[in-house]
Amino acid sequence: MHRNHRAAVLTATVLAGTLLAAGCSSSSGGKKSEEGNAAASAGKATTPRMTVAMVTHASPGDTFWDLVRKGAQAAAAKDNVKLVYSSDPNAGNQANLVQNAIDQKVDGIALTAAKPSAMKDVVAKATAAGIPVVGFNSGVGDWKQLGMLEYFGQDENIAGQAFGQRLNQLGAKHALCVIQEQGQVALEARCAGLKKGFSGQTDILYVNGTDMPSVKATITAKLKQDSSIDQLVTLGAPIALTAVQSLSDAGSKAKLATFDLNKDLVKAVQDGKVEFAVDQQPYLQGYLAVDAIWLYRTNGNFSGGSTAPVLTGPAFIDKTNVDTVAKFAANGTR
Amino acid sequence: MSMAQHAEPAVNTPPAPGPEETDGRTVQRTLTLRALARPDVGVFLGAAAVYVFFLIAAPPVRDAGSMANILYQSSTLGIMTVPVALLMIGGEFDLSAGVAVITSALTASMLSYQLTMNVWVGVIAALIVSLGIGFLNGWLVVRTGLPSFLVTLGSFLILQGVNLAVTKLVTGNVATNDISDMDGFSSAKRVFASSFDIGGVQVKITIFWWLLFAAIATWVLLRTRYGNWIFAVGGNKDSSRAVGVPVAFTKISLFMLVGVGAWFVGMHQLFSFNTVQSGEGIGQELIYISAAVIGGCLLTGGAGSAIGPVFGAFMFGMVQQGIVYANWNPDWFKAFLGVMLLGAVLINQWVQRTATRR
Repeated sequence: MHRNHRAAVLTATVLAGTLLAAGCSSSSGGKKSEEGNAAASAGKATTPRMTVAMVTHASPGDTFWDLVRKGAQAAAAKDNVKLVYSSDPNAGNQANLVQNAIDQKVDGIALTAAKPSAMKDVVAKATAAGIPVVGFNSGVGDWKQLGMLEYFGQDENIAGQAFGQRLNQLGAKHALCVIQEQGQVALEARCAGLKKGFSGQTDILYVNGTDMPSVKATITAKLKQDSSIDQLVTLGAPIALTAVQSLSDAGSKAKLATFDLNKDLVKAVQDGKVEFAVDQQPYLQGYLAVDAIWLYRTNGNFSGGSTAPVLTGPAFIDKTNVDTVAKFAANGTR
Repeated sequence: MSMAQHAEPAVNTPPAPGPEETDGRTVQRTLTLRALARPDVGVFLGAAAVYVFFLIAAPPVRDAGSMANILYQSSTLGIMTVPVALLMIGGEFDLSAGVAVITSALTASMLSYQLTMNVWVGVIAALIVSLGIGFLNGWLVVRTGLPSFLVTLGSFLILQGVNLAVTKLVTGNVATNDISDMDGFSSAKRVFASSFDIGGVQVKITIFWWLLFAAIATWVLLRTRYGNWIFAVGGNKDSSRAVGVPVAFTKISLFMLVGVGAWFVGMHQLFSFNTVQSGEGIGQELIYISAAVIGGCLLTGGAGSAIGPVFGAFMFGMVQQGIVYANWNPDWFKAFLGVMLLGAVLINQWVQRTATRR
């Protein structure tokens, strides 16, 4: 009885609060100002329905993998494919997810091989079961040995080198490469590639990517410790946006360039806060991986002729071409 | 200054007349020893040792701007460590504290964005959500009698999943939209994420909030009846219930205080970075708990202070940034962090033990 009274009072309070809040509308920004742009769609295939499993090493809640998944979904929608998506950053768990897909007798598997040796057995099992396996994003050096049909992605080391050469043209002398996850193979490869392609000095800084205030403070600390750093290099869009604040906190004149893209970063490039971004086109990776399985199943095609990887990056996004990308980024697909 | 005391000539002072008549059971300890026996003095000395160490090892630390940066890092941990420490003194702990920060930030951001409302509406709603999470944690612990480890491990996992799933459901992405152009953003930013110019040094507002919260918590612990209840429920739940301490109220309210802390830090993150990624915050709970433990709060409850954890959080921030200022090989970063923290805790423990030996 008493409880019910309390519940009623609570409901009334919440209702009153809602009504009150109705008078607190924001006159700028927010959902209302967002345009309801629909993502790309291009009809629908009439081929028989098939199931494709996509298994990645993504950690949940990362904007990069959001784009991969959106690309995969777009391809699945177009190709009349049922997409089963799963991910686990732990290589052993990821291998189990692939085994799970084999058990479900899917028509194809698209997977990332961030730790190739862990994928070796399951890929062999899938091929033995007659399921085509397509690699993407990670494992550019190993997809052939693993017995995958084809590969879509960026060679992180090559991308790093291209990044370094670009910095040479821009006249940078001392670069700081910020790694947000210590020991992550792809990220380390980018900085290693940068070191190779860049003629100036390259230092590496590790930050804790799950704690943004700490990322901000640590980059600030490093800029203060070494005032000769004139180029900041980040490996993810959210880290780059935080680094913008570190630069102003430290009063540093260093330039900033980054790997990967999201819609807020596009704005930062337009505003000149970020010099350029190297895009490996995650949407394209997800899209092509699913589409490739459909093509193989329906027409026996495979890109790269099973000998060469299909590169989706590095694509440089800077002030000269950012506007063409901006409208796609606003949809959350670039 | 302290040199003067050592330099005082010993010749003038007559030899000590020997201990006064005692029965040998109670030995009067010196003032220094009694001061050292306080739980927060050990951690203070540990923090001072780390600070002096980096003053010598890392020249940039001597700059006032660097100190402001170190204090900023410490404050974002420290604001959460204050309520986490109170909860630990009260005999419970909260594993969901790290992701709860992100839950709060996501709530504020998505609510005001999706309904196109003044962001303060989102801020208030996030406070209600955070208090609710704290209440549920506390209520479940009190009601079921399960250890808080289990209950909050559950809520840690639930919040982690809800953060991701709801964000994706509402925004279609795994991060929230930028709300920096919305009404109320600039005033909220002034409260949660602004900085002041003090003598040419940019000092973040979170540092003031941190010290203020620690001061309030200290006053509550030492001077109020509620403070006594916290020590009582952490020391012995059953006997404190027997003498009339409202055990359930105390425990639930402590969990809700952690909610308030999570809300505050979440708002800081939202208003300083404009958007929130749903996957952040994991692992932070252990840093809050370690800072409280370094600060002299027992894992078993019943003892500790609110000032100790301030030095605990400072030590964490100092070591984390000091390693960078010292320009040590970054491959060893985590190892350095661990060694320095263990060392600091050992100094802390050694001081306590020497001080309380006799």
